[in-house]
Amino acid sequence: MAEIAARPAAADMPRRPNPVWLFVKQQPLGVFGFLVILVFIVFAVFARQVAPYDPEEIDFAAMLSAPSAEHLFGTDQYGRDVFSRIVHGARTALAVGVLSSLIGCTLGALIGAASGYFGGRVDTIVQRFVDIMLAFPIIVLAMVVVAVLGKWPLWGVDLNLVIAIALPFLPKMARVARSSTLAIAQMPYIDAARAAGYSHTRIVLRHIMPNIMAPYLIMVTAFIAQAILLEASLSFLGLGVTEPTPAWGLMLAGQSADFYKEAPWMILFPGLAITLAVFAFNLFGDSLRDWLDPKMKG
Amino acid sequence: MQMLSFLVRRILLAIPTLIGVAVVTFFLIRVVPGDPVVVKLRADGAPISEATIQAERKRLGLDKPIYEQFVDYMVGLARLDLGRSLWTGQPVADEIATRFPVSFQVAIMATLIALLIAIPLGILSAVYRDTWVDYVVRIVAVSGLAIPSFWLGMLIIMALLATFNWLPKIGYVSIFQDPVANLSALIFPALAVGYRYAAVATRMMRSALLEVLREDYIRTARAKGVYRQLVVRRHALRNALLPVVTVVGLEFAFLIGGLVVTEQVFNLNGIGKLFVDATTRGDFTLIQGLVLLIAVIFIVVNIVVDVLYGMLDPRIRLS
Repeated sequence: MAEIAARPAAADMPRRPNPVWLFVKQQPLGVFGFLVILVFIVFAVFARQVAPYDPEEIDFAAMLSAPSAEHLFGTDQYGRDVFSRIVHGARTALAVGVLSSLIGCTLGALIGAASGYFGGRVDTIVQRFVDIMLAFPIIVLAMVVVAVLGKWPLWGVDLNLVIAIALPFLPKMARVARSSTLAIAQMPYIDAARAAGYSHTRIVLRHIMPNIMAPYLIMVTAFIAQAILLEASLSFLGLGVTEPTPAWGLMLAGQSADFYKEAPWMILFPGLAITLAVFAFNLFGDSLRDWLDPKMKG
Repeated sequence: MQMLSFLVRRILLAIPTLIGVAVVTFFLIRVVPGDPVVVKLRADGAPISEATIQAERKRLGLDKPIYEQFVDYMVGLARLDLGRSLWTGQPVADEIATRFPVSFQVAIMATLIALLIAIPLGILSAVYRDTWVDYVVRIVAVSGLAIPSFWLGMLIIMALLATFNWLPKIGYVSIFQDPVANLSALIFPALAVGYRYAAVATRMMRSALLEVLREDYIRTARAKGVYRQLVVRRHALRNALLPVVTVVGLEFAFLIGGLVVTEQVFNLNGIGKLFVDATTRGDFTLIQGLVLLIAVIFIVVNIVVDVLYGMLDPRIRLS
């Protein structure tokens, strides 16, 4: 009793720091990345309000005009405002990037967790499949899938493009989820859950999945960056988003290469947008990794 | 002897993966709703009637049921026959062979550029940790992960046009015929693709060296009075190179990916361009052949990395 009484009163104890504030203090670069992401999100959500022009509006009078107060980033060969197209392009980039990363990582995590939990033959078969999928370089797999699936537009987003980009992420996430699961499956509380008669589905979903949330979140952010890059590359090749939808990779594609000299801003700004977005997600992802899982620091 | 048995085992293990890749690609591209025959006939400008389509399909062997096509394909593969391109009618192996040297050379040059940049920069960054040198190197490296290689290629072209009003000639000349023309044409795509590669390797070099520099034997060497430079060069570098080798191997896939896109920018007639053309035309056999080739390269690179690993670090036995 005396010991308890000797403890300092609650008011004197050091206050538990607010985790958000701690993150801000320890990961300033991550916060910077987050703020840039936030700007892009605002662009994407309020594209119509932010963009000064209609991104698809053709104005031959203002064709190929240099950056000015009227056209912040200049105009392209059809007189379309480059800044407005970049703002609307954020919508495409984020929608495709976030959706594909989420789909790929979620499916991958489920498959990986199940594979690690069940072990044995299921594990062997799943791992062979993962091996095969990992033998395709990311963009090659995405290109083949894009060619196979064609288009499936839904609310302005080509869902097949999303699937094509999500698919290469699946085996990578599955690998990570599996190795985390192998450690977790040994824990006594999993035995306890099994002894309590819970179903496999319940154990995987309720007992294992929450414990692989840290690697999951880290992979999701990292893959958003890669997905944005991949979408830009595919659109650049003419395999992704198609005209007249504004997309960053598409703005660099095709004829824009004829205007290297006359209108370098047509090349400069869309590329900067891709770089900045990928940079921001990488920065935020790295900080998130250091924060959630210091062991993974590389 | 040990090396030989290692190689044999790795190659044998690779075969099921390759068969898997072949099977997956075969069925994946045959789910395609579009018909390559119609696409091709339309491009030829020939009048498209049901009869011509049927005839063309029969000629290409596409009228057979899928399982029969599959058996044909696998039997062909067993004899190292990749079939003929649906589009040009040329053997797939020939199509690939003519395009391969360009891409191969760019890939090798990009890897060399990456290592030439990454190793010194990574060492500088680790040795001068938390000084402005380190910060500059890290910023360069982090941005390298974000810049799309095809855009970097476009920037390089723009810079060349702006400063020299000159562009490398289109068209591939073998390095043996005309080394100057060859190198001046391929160095820029190699730079564009190699930058990202260099960035990844620099980061790895830095963190690996920092890790090694914390080891006891480094402190012992310093305590004995060995110069810092010598310690880094003789004691630390060797061990720090291991993870760099791994990451260079792993990132080779990205290099191929970057190449596929960057070849378009520089108008290089390599594997990447061939692949893009094959995808847009729905040239099944060519896609199959290319995917298989890339998977083979991938596996070979991984084996090479493992062998190098064993050579750099005798503690790691090949197993």
